This record gives sequence, C-alpha cells and structure tokens, in this order.
Amino acid sequence: MEALKQELKEKIIAVLNLEDIAVADINDTDALFGDGLGLDSIDALELIVLLDKDYGIKLTDPKEGKHIFQSIDTMSSYIAANRTK
Amino acid sequence: MGKTYINGIGCVSAQKTFDTVFLEEAVLNESLNVLPLELPTYKDYISPIAARRMSKAVKNGIVASTIAMKEAHVDTFDAIITGTGMGCIEDSDKFLKAIIDNNEEFLTPTSFIQSTHNTVGAQIALGMTCKAYNFTYVNAAVSFESAVFDAKMQIDADESKTILVGGIDEMTDYTQRLFKLAGFIKNDEEGSFPILNSKSKGTVFSEGATFFVLENKKSTSTYVEIVDIEMVNSLEVSEVESKIISFLKQNNLEVSDVDAVVLGINGDMEFDNYYKSISESAFKNTPQVYYKHLSGEYNTASAFGLFVGSKIIKAQQIPDILKANAITKSEIKHLLLYNQYRGIDHSFTLISKC
Amino acid sequence: MNIGVAITGMGIISAIGNSVDETFDALVKGEKAITTVSNIPTVHAAVMKVGEIKKTNDELAAELGLSPDNNFSRTAMIGALAAKQAVQNAGISLINEYKTGLISATSVGGMDTTEKHYYDYFDNPELVKYISAHDGGDVAQKIAEEIGLKGFVTTISTACSSAANAIMLGARMIKSGKLDRVIVGGTDALAKFTINGFKTLMILSDTYNTPFDNDRKGLNLGEAAAFLVLESDEIVAKENKKVLARVSGYGNANDAFHQTASSENGEGAFLAMEKAFEVSGLKPSDIDYINVHGTATPNNDLSEGRAVIRIFGEENVPDFSSTKPFTGHTLAAAAAIEAVFSILAIQNGIVFPNLNFKTPMAEFNMVPQTAIKHKNIDHVLSNSFGFGGNCSTLIFSKN
Repeated sequence: MEALKQELKEKIIAVLNLEDIAVADINDTDALFGDGLGLDSIDALELIVLLDKDYGIKLTDPKEGKHIFQSIDTMSSYIAANRTK
Repeated sequence: MGKTYINGIGCVSAQKTFDTVFLEEAVLNESLNVLPLELPTYKDYISPIAARRMSKAVKNGIVASTIAMKEAHVDTFDAIITGTGMGCIEDSDKFLKAIIDNNEEFLTPTSFIQSTHNTVGAQIALGMTCKAYNFTYVNAAVSFESAVFDAKMQIDADESKTILVGGIDEMTDYTQRLFKLAGFIKNDEEGSFPILNSKSKGTVFSEGATFFVLENKKSTSTYVEIVDIEMVNSLEVSEVESKIISFLKQNNLEVSDVDAVVLGINGDMEFDNYYKSISESAFKNTPQVYYKHLSGEYNTASAFGLFVGSKIIKAQQIPDILKANAITKSEIKHLLLYNQYRGIDHSFTLISKC
Repeated sequence: MNIGVAITGMGIISAIGNSVDETFDALVKGEKAITTVSNIPTVHAAVMKVGEIKKTNDELAAELGLSPDNNFSRTAMIGALAAKQAVQNAGISLINEYKTGLISATSVGGMDTTEKHYYDYFDNPELVKYISAHDGGDVAQKIAEEIGLKGFVTTISTACSSAANAIMLGARMIKSGKLDRVIVGGTDALAKFTINGFKTLMILSDTYNTPFDNDRKGLNLGEAAAFLVLESDEIVAKENKKVLARVSGYGNANDAFHQTASSENGEGAFLAMEKAFEVSGLKPSDIDYINVHGTATPNNDLSEGRAVIRIFGEENVPDFSSTKPFTGHTLAAAAAIEAVFSILAIQNGIVFPNLNFKTPMAEFNMVPQTAIKHKNIDHVLSNSFGFGGNCSTLIFSKN
C-alpha cells in the first residue's frame, strides 16, 4: 500500500504538471481538491483517465470521482480494491 | 466620433522586445528559417499553479498584455479582443496526436480545453475577472487587424473607452514540418535566408504575441493615434496602389503626406511583388521600413509591424536595422502599414503622430 | 426602440435538412436527426449519437461543382453551400455591387482534413494541398470565392458562441455604415477532434440529448452551416427588398469563471442578455420565445436556467425550447442555425418543441415547451455560450 501511495503521488505530480510540488509535500490524508492541494474539476477528469489507463478502473460518471479522490488514502484504497491491472 | 490612441504596448517576439526600449538589442539572424522566441521569464508574470496548463501562446499573451497594461496604467477593460491565425496549435497538435497515436483511447481533457482559438483572450479575462466583451478573430493574416478594426469601431461609436487588443500565434514542430512540406517555409537546403530582395519562395517563420492598450483619450504614455484601418480579402498586384490612394483619400491624405511606409515584406519572391508594386512607384521617395527579417512571419506578425510603426513615430526615428531604403524625413507624422500573406488578406493601417 | 438591422436572406444545411424549407418541415414535424455516426471512423461510434449531414465529401463537392483538385475541407464545403443559399435567397445577383462583407465563424476550421491526413501528408504529395486548408481563414476565403465576394472578410472563433458573434459584428457594421451588406454565419463539420474532446470532458450523452431535463446526460455533437444576409435600410428601400426579420439586439459578455464550465448563477449569460435588451430597447416581457443554448449538459442548463430566471423572473419565463435535440450541438454554427430557426419562428408564428423532455429540473421551476405551439411571435431571444466563458445573446424581431 505504501508503494502504491508513493506511486500515486508521483503520477499526480507528473500528470497534472504540479512542477513546484514534491512527493514529500503531499500527506496521505491531505485533501486533494479545494483547500488542500487545490485541484479542480479538470484535474478530476485527468485522474479519471489515470485510473483507467494505469489501473484498469473505468468510471462513467464524473461525480463518482468526488469520494475516490478525496485524499491519497481514499484513492489508494479504492485502487487496491478495484484494480484490474 | 471618438479617436483611438495606442497608450501601451507589450511584445514577445523573436527579438528582445519585452524589456528593451526599441530594438536596440535586435539581432538579424539570416541562418535560420524558423526563428526561436526570445523567452521572457514567465514566473515574473504568471504563478506556476496558473501556468501549469498554459501553452506558449497563452503565456506569451499574458506577458505581453501585462506589459501593455502596465505601460498604459490600465487595469480594466471595456473589451478584450484578440486575433490569432492558427490559434492554440500547441494544445491542438498535442490532442490530435494523442487521438491518432492512442486510437482515441486514454485521452485527457486539458489539451482539448486549451486548444480553442479564444483561449488566450479567455485566460486574460479569467486572470483579471474581466466580464466585458471578449472576441477572438481567426482570419489568417488579418486576424489581428480584425481585432483592431472592431476595437476602433467601438471607440468611434463611444461604446468603449479602454480596449485590449492583441495578436498571438505560436509555432509547433508538427506545423513547422507541414509548412516546410507545403513550401511556406523556405527550403532548409538554402542555408541562408535573407528577406530583402530574396530570390526564393517561402519565408522565414516564427511566433509571438503583441498587445496594445487602445483608449479614447491621450495620456502621458500615448504612442500614436490609429486613424484608420481597412482590410480586403483579395487584390491583384496592380490594384494595390489605387487601393492605397483611395484609402488615404478617405482620410484626406495623399501619397506625399505619408512620411514612412511599413511593409510586410517576408522574402517570398512569389508574393513580395505586392510590396514592390508600391515601393518602386508611389512610395519610391518615401522612407520604407520592413520588419519580418526580425520578427519572422506568422499570421499576426503584422501586430509586430504596428509595434514597430508606433515606436518609430514616438521615437521620431527609424533604426537602421529596419530600413528598406535610404530615404529619410525630418518629421514622421503619418505612417502607413501594408501587409498581405500569399496574395490574400491585405490590410492597410494608418497611424499618426499626436 | 430601434428597429434593428434587416435580414434579407438565409441559407442552412444541417442534419435535419439541406435547405430552409427542409429545415422548417423537420422542425414542424418534430423529426430529429440524431443517429449513429457514419462519415467518420471512430471507436466511439457505438456509444454516442450525432447530428450528421448525411452526405459524403464527394457528394458535397459535386453539389458545389468543385474540380477534383480542390482542397476544400468539409467545413468549407457546407459553409459555401449555406452561404450560396443565403445570397440567392436575398436575390443578390451582383455581389460586389454594394460594399459587401463576409463574417464567418468556425471552431474547428479544416480539422476534418488535418486529422484524416495527419501522418500521410509526409508520404503522399497529393495531400499537401490540404495543409493550407486547416485554418479558419481558409474557410472564409473559400466561401468568399464561391460567392464571388471581394472586400471585407473575417472570421470569429469563440468556440460554441462564434456565429452569434459573427451576426453581432455584422449588425454593428451595417449600423455604423462600414458595410452596406454583409453575409454572416458559421460553419463546423464533425471531427474526431471534437468528438474525442467532448468525450474527455465526459459531457457526451450516450443516447438522445434531453435539454432542461432533470436526468440529462450531456450533449450530442452535430455539424451544420448557416448564413444570413444583413442589409442596410437604404438598400432595402432602394430595391424594395423583402425583410425576413430584423436583428434588434445583441450582447456579448465573458463569464470569467472557468475555462470550460459556466458559473453557478450564469453571470456571463445574464450580462449578455442584459446588454442585448439595452441595445434593442426591448423589455423582457416583450420576448415571445427563447431559443435557449440548452446543450443538455448538467452544467449548461443549470447555469443558463438561473440566468434566464434572473432576467425574466421564475414566474415570467416566456415559452422556451432548445432545438439541439433536432440537430445536435453544432458548435460554431449553432447560433447561426438557431438564428434561422428564430426567424422561422417569427415568420410562421411557431414555437418549436424541446424534444426528449420528461422530468423538470429539481433546482427551479422551468419547463420547456415540449409540443409545437402556434402563436404570434414578435421577438425571439437566442442564447449561445462557449468555452472561455464566451456568452452571447441575439434578439430577432418581426419586421
């Protein structure tokens, strides 16, 4: 699980071009959206593609992302439970 | 009827134009057929979090508009009007390539969202929360002139007082390869690419962003008055002179009243005869200026031309590097700009000292 | 109030018809034309529907009488067909007789050719001719050539509101005397580019689009072109021209909220409508029909609905409908085809139905007109919004 969390942080930084943010800056429980990392609805769509492409998880409704993308913790547990690759 | 003044200019181009006075550090590079940009330090103008999705065109547009606004001491507009011939092709190419390479799968939205032609105007408006009129023109070599035309029409009619206009185009590797294939960019084999009196087809390309703050009032930062602007989609070489004469006439001027002409000569032997048709006849005794050897050609390079024309009037001198002939005049009051690209999209802009 | 700028001709081609008559017929019969895509090879064909003009590029070229070595994009071909119809409808024989201009609008321009030949350009010299057909200006230049126009030609691209802005600029140019006559409108062909773009935003419906329905799932893309001829009152009087309707109001504002999403309370839309009323001198109570933007995305309809309520009051919203269930969302052409629909509504006294509607939205009490309705219509308000926060409103009035 720790490896997955580390991997997710690296991927999020790369995919969303968060140049000024390092893996160490993101805590597992930090809110990714809103006041935390400050991600927005376009980032959510990028993360949906990331789930599909790298973990074989398809979301059809962008609203589903809300709960999954709350934090690195919620995201990693959802991926661990649902991944197909 | 209101008058339209240029009260601020910002320019990002192949030359150092963003933190210099007027081309004093300009370098003529005839060894490249695509000129690279002199890049500003984007971080000085845009926060990294805001910049993370922005293409070059958007960033350049924000830098150039910020400089123009600062110079004019303006922070709000009644209209934001941009022109771009090719639009945001960096993101458009990126998205299209992803569609084709991944067979329409695993695509992400960011580059699509940023690919629309109005992205630069929209991002400027978003950055300053400007809810005013916001248009983007995309008609090849008259994209920028359309923006100026629209702005001037609003100021003439007293509908607007302060307007931001700009011309932006960017170059990508893919577009460069296409333009070489189509012969729009001079053949690599030529090795040297002089613009004046060129003996080959095609031109030297580049990219850039040039913004102007137009206002209905003169200020301490005023460069010139934009007296008139007109566009015609197609003209024969033989029609250019009479078109110019009638354009001047509607402003109560004659050819002899024009103190300098700024020509869009781009070294394409196939189409530079449009300029020759006037530089060797009506305007043979007029100081002639060219600029695309410094800026490169792009659909909105004529915005760089307006930057050059405005600076010349304000400085009351023509830097040697811009001179296409040796004629001089003691005072430069009226200046005419003429541009076209590949024989279509002709534009005539008249600016005057004030 | 001011009487507005005269509209003396119109032309249209969309999924529901290849002429004004066919279009009217389909609207009255409630015949939508949303189908599976057939002209574009796409892996998404099974999970989306589109409003497609069922003609191949070869058929369109033949209709225009183009030579085999032409380099028209599909966008340019449908644009030229619609513009030619408009010019003919206005009874113009000598196009350059008066100071005449063309203001076109497009979002994708010649993307349909670029995406088809993306890598092939470098292997097949015969395709090189299409390289110059990519940009929006090429589309306008080709239309100008097809109708023989020499003069003021420009193109506007503000995403899905583009054609509204072309009509607005044209009306302003006639009013200011810059032109005596202007052909205004927009054109956009379907492209893999936009299909995939809207797919990544997850706002494409997998079935028929249902504007202003509580369970709406997104939009269907479409392709279309439409052009209007606007003329000065001097020409109208001198040539005793039939005036189809008038452009009496227009407004443009920026939502300045988000690159693609509309603001919660529809601020940009509200400002655009407010400006259009100011220009026209009309009051909200004068409007008999609103042709809403109504793309059927969750975000658009909520934001637009709120803006409409802010202008009209929740109890006083006039009859309204989105015609996108008929045609799909035709992007830069949308405001132009909806201008034609608005003029037809005025001419025939008909409110066209908002097809596919079942359940009112939970957020407010706004129910579109779902069946065809006959009544006198003096003024139609038409909204169009685009990426980049671009919001435009046009008001069309009976002559």
